[in-house]
Amino acid sequence: MKRQHPVLTALLVLLFVALAAAPFIFPGTKSVATASRVCIFIVLAASYDILLGYTGIVSFAHTMFFAFGAYGVAIPLAAGWVGWDAVLVGTLGSAALAAAVSAAIALLSLRVQRLFFSMITMAVASFAQILATQLREITGGEDGLTFSLPAALQPGFRLLAEPIFGVRADGRLVGYYLTFFVALAMFWLMRRLVASPFGRVLQAIRENEFRAEALGYRTIVYRTTASAIAAAVAAVAGVLMALLLRYVGPSSTLSFDVMTDILLMVVIGGMGSLTGPALGAAVVVLAHYYLQPLMQAGHDALAGVPVLPNLVHPDRWLLWLGTLFVLIVYFFPAGIVGSLKRR
Amino acid sequence: MQPVLETRDLTIRFGGQVAVDAVSLAFHKGTLTAIVGPNGAGKTTYFNLISGQLRASAGDVFLRGERITGLPAPLRARRGLGRAFQLTNLFPDLSVLENVRLAVQAQSGVGLQFFQPADRRTDLIDRARAWLEEVKLIHRQHDPVTALSHGDQRKLEVAMMLALEPEVFMFDEPTAGMSVDEVPVVLDLIEAIAQRGDKTVLLVEHKMDVVRRLAHRVVVLHQGKLVADGEPAEVVASAIVQEAYLGIRAKA
Ligand SMILES: Nc1ncnc2c1ncn2[C@@H]1O[C@H](COP(=O)(O)OP(=O)(O)O)[C@@H](O)[C@H]1O
Ligand SMILES: [Mg+2]
Repeated sequence: MKRQHPVLTALLVLLFVALAAAPFIFPGTKSVATASRVCIFIVLAASYDILLGYTGIVSFAHTMFFAFGAYGVAIPLAAGWVGWDAVLVGTLGSAALAAAVSAAIALLSLRVQRLFFSMITMAVASFAQILATQLREITGGEDGLTFSLPAALQPGFRLLAEPIFGVRADGRLVGYYLTFFVALAMFWLMRRLVASPFGRVLQAIRENEFRAEALGYRTIVYRTTASAIAAAVAAVAGVLMALLLRYVGPSSTLSFDVMTDILLMVVIGGMGSLTGPALGAAVVVLAHYYLQPLMQAGHDALAGVPVLPNLVHPDRWLLWLGTLFVLIVYFFPAGIVGSLKRR
Repeated sequence: MQPVLETRDLTIRFGGQVAVDAVSLAFHKGTLTAIVGPNGAGKTTYFNLISGQLRASAGDVFLRGERITGLPAPLRARRGLGRAFQLTNLFPDLSVLENVRLAVQAQSGVGLQFFQPADRRTDLIDRARAWLEEVKLIHRQHDPVTALSHGDQRKLEVAMMLALEPEVFMFDEPTAGMSVDEVPVVLDLIEAIAQRGDKTVLLVEHKMDVVRRLAHRVVVLHQGKLVADGEPAEVVASAIVQEAYLGIRAKA
């Protein structure tokens, strides 16, 4: 197989080091929460890449499986079953359910045309959104669910009496490293997956499905399995998100905005590499968090100049992100990864 | 003796056109049958019906006496129906070696392994390399398929079928578009398979000298119908083949 470009490897290592030491390099509640989000979206975007980049499946139901995981732990925790056993049961249960639902959708609709499959996933995702808002007793409806975390994850918890390198060893720190290591394990497992004989078949299917069939690979089995695995991983990412926010609602997990973000990450990073979407996740999450304040600063600095301050008004940040996206797709159609490969 | 492969009244219609029309043929172990006929006669379609890329409108396909008419293509491939395509049909962005390695992997049935890196299965890689040596493509193993010449892509197509180690080999104009010096590599391979005596070979080929040299038997398709079946020398000399191929030459 093609070796990864050294610059990519370097970027990936840099990202890893930054995330591994994030609470110490970038102390503060907000930056640690941002680092958590980067970890979570790396998992989510990479799992989507298994579908889009490795298998050529265009699904819009990925956030639904993310939501499965988030609600999967939120529901027991909000019901008062606060403990690690609840988290574990919620995680395993929602991952299994996500895998089963994803496999069912795949089995029922991957045989048909690809466009039709994409539309079915969109319909199922919308249906899930409606369910989440309607089943008020279980999901909290529009308001969502707020809940307490197991003691070790609460801000008041002290792992050690003394700070480590000036950082308090509290429940937030424990939560961050839980997220970090789970994300790391998921990413490593996905790397193994795409390099395995199974992963190679996925790439073959993406390249030439007809030929893969003629060699004896039942593509429906492979695509269904890939969908199930990607969904289960997305559910795990959802669990981490719920634990980070201590809140789950339709807009934070199920909305189309989350889906758009995932697509942005995969496209900006370059699909079919896992590394690309991981880098894309970092870029998009950071843009979300820091583009707005940056624009506010620009807005203030340009006060008095005609027109310009309005252009960089923080409310326009989505416009700029959109512009950035269009420019990237236009000039670097293969994303960060693809652009490095060509050199 | 039971035939390895048999078709009974095999038929497919595309709209009003009957592309393969009630073709009944049996193929035995150790034989090489050439299938000839003008362009559009239905030869490729006949192959597609046997290997499962197309579903028959009527009739049946039997492999070792078992009816496989409704079986999807991958399952037919696993049961030993090997196919090399007329229009080259490869994994374009993967390396030459990876194309063959995927075929070896399919043959070994290890596709549903999720954890061990494929690169560590050196046994599969070595076997893929051996097949590339067979078709004299080993020096291109690391190149992407798109960098290969047309003739080399045809050889790769053949290597992938060899790697499946099938019972039945279906070659669809394997030397079409190849340069003169490349042709013998492929023909020698086909001849070697035929001479092993335990395989069944179907060969679609236009060049009558090749047919005469390799085939034990020649069948002629014309407008989807079986119109001749017999010894190479007599079928090639027959009026129907002369007419069909003179027709082609006049057109070309
Ligand atoms: N999928 C298809 N749909 C419609 N017509 C087809 C299809 N495949 C083959 N045909 C038609 O069937 C006839 C036989 O084609 P083919 O088997 O490719 O001929 P040959 O291989 O003998 O040159 C042609 O007229 C072709 O146009
Ligand atoms: Mg043909």
